[in-house]
Amino acid sequence: MPGKLKAKIVAGRHLPVMDRASDLTDAFVEVKFGNTTFKTDVCPKSLNPQWNSEWFKFEVDDEDLQDEPLQITVLDHDTYSANDAIGKVYIDIDPLLSCEAATVISGWFPIYDTIHGIRGEINVLVKVDLFNDLNRFRQSSCGVKFFCTTSIPKCYRVVMVHGFVEELVVNEDPEYQWIDRIRTPRASNEARQRLISLMSGELQRKIGLKVLEMGGNAVLGYLQCFDLEGESGLVVRAIGTACTLDKLSSLPTAVLPACNSPSREMKESPLAQAPSHGCRSSHNSPVHSAAAASARLSQGFSVSVPTLIFTGMRLHRHRSLGETGREHTAQTVLPGRQCRPPFSEDPNPNIHSSGPSTPLKNQTYSFSPSKSYSRQSSSSDTDLSLTPKTAAGAASWRVGPRVSLCPSFPALSSEPLSIPNTFYLPLRPRAGHGSATPPPPPPPVSAQSNSTMLRKSVSFSEDLLLAAFGMGSGGSAGKDGGPLKTLLRQQTQSALEQREFPFFTLTCFPPGFLIHVGGVVSARSVKLLDRIHNPDEPETRDAWWEEIRQEIKSHAKALGCHAVVGYSESTSICEEVCILSASGTAAILNPKFMQEGCLDSYSEHSRLEDPAPPSCGFCHIPYDELNMPFPAHLTYCYNCRRQKVPDVLFTTIDLPVEATVMGKGSLIQARLCRLKKKAQGEVNATAISNLLPFMEYELHTQLMNKLKLRSMNALFGLRVQISVGENMLVGLASATGVYLMALPAPGGIQIAGKTPSDITYEQHISNMQKKINDTISKNKDLYEVHPQEIIEEVIGSPIPESRQRSRLFRSHSESSDEVSELDLSHGKKDAFVLEIDDTDAVEDIHSLLTDAPMPSGFYSCNTEIMPGIYNWTSSLQMFTSVRVFRLNNVNLTNQGLNKIFNDLCENLLKSLYFKLRSMVPCCLCHLNFAVAVPEEELIQVAVTAVAMTFDKEQAQENFKANMEKAIMKVISENEEQLQFPLELCTETPAPQPFSPSKGTGHQDGGGIHTSARATSVDYSSFADRCSTWIELIKLKAQAIRRGSIKTTASQEKGSPLPEGRSRSLRCMRPFPSSTVSVVKMTPLSFLPGTRIIKYLGIINMFFIRETTSLREEGGVSGFLHCFIAEVFAMVRAHVAALGGNAVVSYSMKECVFMENPNKNQAQCLINVSGDAVIFVRESEAEATAAAPQTSSMQNLSGAAEANA
Amino acid sequence: MDMSVELDVFVGNTTIMDEEVYQFWLDGYTVNDAVKVRMEGGVLEEYEASTDVLLSDTMDQFRTFQMCERLLHTPAKLANQLLFQIPPHRQTMLIERYYAFDNAFVREVLGKKLSKGTKKDLDDISAKTGITLKSCRRQFDNFKRVFKVVEELKGPLVENIQQHFLLSDKLARDYAAIVFFANNRFETGKRKLQFLSFQDFAFCAGQLISNWTVGAVGKMQQLERDTESGAVRQLLNKQAKEKHPICTNNMVEDMDVDLDKEFLQDLKDLKILINDKDLLDQHKSLVCTALRGKTKVFNEMEANFKTLSRALVNIAAKLTNTKDVRDLFIDLVEKFIEPCRSDRWTSADVRLFLTYYTNSARTLDTFRHQVTWDRYMDVIKSCILKMYHD
Repeated sequence: MPGKLKAKIVAGRHLPVMDRASDLTDAFVEVKFGNTTFKTDVCPKSLNPQWNSEWFKFEVDDEDLQDEPLQITVLDHDTYSANDAIGKVYIDIDPLLSCEAATVISGWFPIYDTIHGIRGEINVLVKVDLFNDLNRFRQSSCGVKFFCTTSIPKCYRVVMVHGFVEELVVNEDPEYQWIDRIRTPRASNEARQRLISLMSGELQRKIGLKVLEMGGNAVLGYLQCFDLEGESGLVVRAIGTACTLDKLSSLPTAVLPACNSPSREMKESPLAQAPSHGCRSSHNSPVHSAAAASARLSQGFSVSVPTLIFTGMRLHRHRSLGETGREHTAQTVLPGRQCRPPFSEDPNPNIHSSGPSTPLKNQTYSFSPSKSYSRQSSSSDTDLSLTPKTAAGAASWRVGPRVSLCPSFPALSSEPLSIPNTFYLPLRPRAGHGSATPPPPPPPVSAQSNSTMLRKSVSFSEDLLLAAFGMGSGGSAGKDGGPLKTLLRQQTQSALEQREFPFFTLTCFPPGFLIHVGGVVSARSVKLLDRIHNPDEPETRDAWWEEIRQEIKSHAKALGCHAVVGYSESTSICEEVCILSASGTAAILNPKFMQEGCLDSYSEHSRLEDPAPPSCGFCHIPYDELNMPFPAHLTYCYNCRRQKVPDVLFTTIDLPVEATVMGKGSLIQARLCRLKKKAQGEVNATAISNLLPFMEYELHTQLMNKLKLRSMNALFGLRVQISVGENMLVGLASATGVYLMALPAPGGIQIAGKTPSDITYEQHISNMQKKINDTISKNKDLYEVHPQEIIEEVIGSPIPESRQRSRLFRSHSESSDEVSELDLSHGKKDAFVLEIDDTDAVEDIHSLLTDAPMPSGFYSCNTEIMPGIYNWTSSLQMFTSVRVFRLNNVNLTNQGLNKIFNDLCENLLKSLYFKLRSMVPCCLCHLNFAVAVPEEELIQVAVTAVAMTFDKEQAQENFKANMEKAIMKVISENEEQLQFPLELCTETPAPQPFSPSKGTGHQDGGGIHTSARATSVDYSSFADRCSTWIELIKLKAQAIRRGSIKTTASQEKGSPLPEGRSRSLRCMRPFPSSTVSVVKMTPLSFLPGTRIIKYLGIINMFFIRETTSLREEGGVSGFLHCFIAEVFAMVRAHVAALGGNAVVSYSMKECVFMENPNKNQAQCLINVSGDAVIFVRESEAEATAAAPQTSSMQNLSGAAEANA
Repeated sequence: MDMSVELDVFVGNTTIMDEEVYQFWLDGYTVNDAVKVRMEGGVLEEYEASTDVLLSDTMDQFRTFQMCERLLHTPAKLANQLLFQIPPHRQTMLIERYYAFDNAFVREVLGKKLSKGTKKDLDDISAKTGITLKSCRRQFDNFKRVFKVVEELKGPLVENIQQHFLLSDKLARDYAAIVFFANNRFETGKRKLQFLSFQDFAFCAGQLISNWTVGAVGKMQQLERDTESGAVRQLLNKQAKEKHPICTNNMVEDMDVDLDKEFLQDLKDLKILINDKDLLDQHKSLVCTALRGKTKVFNEMEANFKTLSRALVNIAAKLTNTKDVRDLFIDLVEKFIEPCRSDRWTSADVRLFLTYYTNSARTLDTFRHQVTWDRYMDVIKSCILKMYHD
């Protein structure tokens, strides 16, 4: 589908003075797409130039349209010397390629320079005309919609969930190319920005292709990340959930035109896929492809000389590595590998066949549905890009399974439950020995493989999976609870088993989607980054992730679950060590969403078949009670009393809408620092992989303690980050604790000392016990959690123990004897026992358990919304806060370090509360902490969240009534979604607006006016009123403009509106008139009090900023403050240019800050993403919805009169 | 300390600004001083925040203001820039507060040339007024910036200021006064003038601008069209049309900043009121007849009539000299206000006197300069009345 891209440069404003003599600028603009460049005339001597250029037209492949950004450079003309660049604007064309999103990009964009920041603004118009796709060798995926949102986007309906899509592309990092030594920082930054923009475009296109293959038309929960691997390259990877979405409008077929159908066409033509197997085939014409590919991917610098030098060095080191590696492998991997054949020969075809055998199937069809195709295509890409750099032989430490083993195993084998639902599965032992045997102290390195062994290591994990599967799932299918459950499971399994990875990046599901939730599954793996020397083995990174995903999958299987929801992946890189992490929540899903045929209107189905899906259903255990994958303490569900539930539930997803919760939730964080000796290469990797299990264990202990302290019994949105630095590891686990009504009430916390002889010590202990008890009771009031004792009495008998007991051991060192102590089971006591072994620990526990209380009026959570708060007002404030701390004392102990890190996070939270105090009562939602260790003594914490106010009066109402209301609201929302298309009709580019019947047109305008008037009454504050006025009018004007952009007459039709706007401006006389439209930003998928009526496309932006005058720019804080503000500004400008007024699901994926104060320099990279949307306020939505209705009614009556 | 904060930023999508902290910043406080004052203010107790929290917040906001300052220099940009998302009413607040000034400060520089020389004296002003040097600089630079922008502009001064700096009507009028005083270099610093506040001068400036400048003529045209006012206005209009052919169209071609030279020239004609003995006597008797019995200080009025009339007419006649224009206020004080005050006139007495003094002259048979007289005396009367206090 080739297309014509058209761009027009209208004007500039606020340009910087480039000519000191005249205090003016002679600006002109270069517009570049691919290899074609156009220039405007020079607009002499003006800081506010008017170019009003012609339309610059680019005839391009749609594939390029997807990959390339439109590059606009503003320059200052200089007669005698070279023209100075003022700055650039990159515009992502992708939103214009989807028929449903924006049709034109038009607006003021900040002119950005990586050295000077924003330097004025430029007004640009961009359009795309797409021709119909006639090319069978299609490599583009125009029309596939991408959403960052991890729930089902409002105003869409999911017809079918296809499942996991992933892809990664690799390239050299321009920052590490030899050329970087001679070019300017600006050139280098721009090369990087452009490359990453290209790579993410390419990545998105490829994922789109996969979605089309699967028959989908959209990706939800699209998560794209960069790995800056330094010298070994730059990885851009993404995961998401492929779906078929249906716009909630009456004409789905009309809305999804040609762009979607190609998926079918492609299936019919096997030829279409043929090239993808052999070589990179992203371009249709071979001539073009050769030129563009090399230019694009290697930036034209595929010089081998410097690389060869590196190769020599690396090779040398690598050899020694390989030897040790082999040893390790022999120790640890071989036994596992021998016990099972490679994964393709599946011994258990009954249940397990479809997953692993997919590749085979694919080959026979010469067209691969998902995974195998992707890997081949990406590998062929890497061929080109990485040949000089990456080669085989990255040593890899597989820690994943071991991470899951060591910390938890002792606890698991001890009968009481310490880490109940964070399932770190004892895979190996399960396969090998019985589950009750404590494992030997973990071997230092579990698995290391050189390039040749990589594949085998994949199969190794597959073996484990099979082993686990044979024992866990295979058995459980038969022994499972009710027959219905089994049936359901089989159904779902068959649907899910067809996928290699039954993973879902979604965190929020429609009611009835989640049947059971098992618990958190996670895997980590430490890898040594190295250039791949062997061009035949370029798939290292793909293989790494494949391995981790297999592990996750097997963990889920062992929990009796066939799917993983709330799935995410992340990395932490320090020098050449990289920790790969993946986590998700094992779950059993409703098969209906996965099957073709009965997909339309799922909601009706679920409602018909299970008239009242129990609100507690998802809490019921998915695994077999008699053959539990880990020891857990089960009771009958406190809600339905029929099924078993665990005592504590940990998940990575948002709280399901149907869940019944008592009181409010609370942000719970576990924080941990561990010192690590500085080391290189494999020694370093070994040290890290040795530390990881203990960190995971401690983090979970902390989480559990803090959960108990708040009298809560479930964690949602759990995110465990472990960041690696040169001399330390930092772990941060964040989650939102709640009290689920279905689960048993948590017991208290009891502290046990070790030296009962000492009286003062005893006293100290009892003091602490008292403090803890006080905190618990305070928290109960704070979060309004008051478990009713009566319930327990009533159902006392079916529950074997009313309180579970467990003994928690706090380990402070990693010595093996302590580990072995862990499995000592304590006598049965009524409370959760904390044992203290020395005085350090006393303080430690004390400080950990007593997080500073939130100021009154504040709540916080890291999930989308706070459980227990339902009456949000529309006022919100999204913010990003970044702090970097320098540790001055080099001789810190682990405890000292922990305290510092803990204080740091607490202080940051305190600062946030203080900053936002004017919004009280309010809740900080989606508090997302990101920790990094950028340098040896630096800890960086970046937080992005949104503060939302709520109505306190209502908040104090009976929570149960509210809850019902909320559930009702959700249901009715679903129903409303069906009605909503009515109002969208006015928005859709129907040919109507210029219809010959003047009556309609006139009434249409009238409708807008009435609606505007109606809303202005609603808002109490004057400012608010004015802004909504304008917002609405602009929105309407844009909708009209957009709806009929091609007919000038219809633009005239829109003209009465600006008049209205100017009137409104006059009425707010004291306020300066502004051309800047307000754009709201939020990390959530919705804006309270509003309705999203249109998704305009994904925003995915990457910026670099550098300075060589750090002091002059206000030091590091001034520099970063300005940069973040600039990033926000650019995001808002792009959204506004698309016609949007908000960004939802906004997140800052990356914030890499580096400084060199001695040189007065600093550099920062930021990557942000989100979904651009148009929202209307709920009251306005009703008004606008009412308008067309009345007009149509009038039409009807008019027609009736005519008939009469 | 085991650790130190190396970097600490907070950026909201909507820029968060605390008005109190903004005021500290405007007043030239250092971060530490602001933190101290805020702590005393009790924010801490309310929120159980530590000093660190307050310090971090204050630093952050000071940084934000600093980044905004560039935009505040051209307030129109603030509404059209993309860097900070600030709700319109907050923008208005930012601008209004930024351009607000201390009366104590403005009194020191009013009528002075807004040059580098004056800027050097800011240290002394700062010491004298107790306003921080930083704040003095901001205020001075604001004056200078506004002056520079409107100096060259055509059209009504107040409206120009409002349009370019988006200030409230009140503040724009004050700035108009400052610009007008700076441009005409009116003397305001003398000891005898110390009892006058900035607002007194601002009022007088307003009077001068709307009546004595070239722009005033255009405004009167407007006024005449809007309200069908009396013959005087029409006369004035005709006169103006004859003298300034440019002014015939509605666009006001000249500025409000300079006094109407033609008018100042015409003022010389008023001398006949004191030079012509008959006229002077006639005038006196008219005024005295009217005033008799209406005031306690009638005798003093009668005794001083000629002195006072001479003083007012002489001030009018001398205004062609730039030097005498500068001394307008000191002359009014020395030659009129002080004599009246020493005779213990109340302001009601002054009003009474000036009203009859002005009106009687109109009825004089041989006096032909009624238009000029009214234009002069309307302003002088209201200025004196404003200035007549302790």
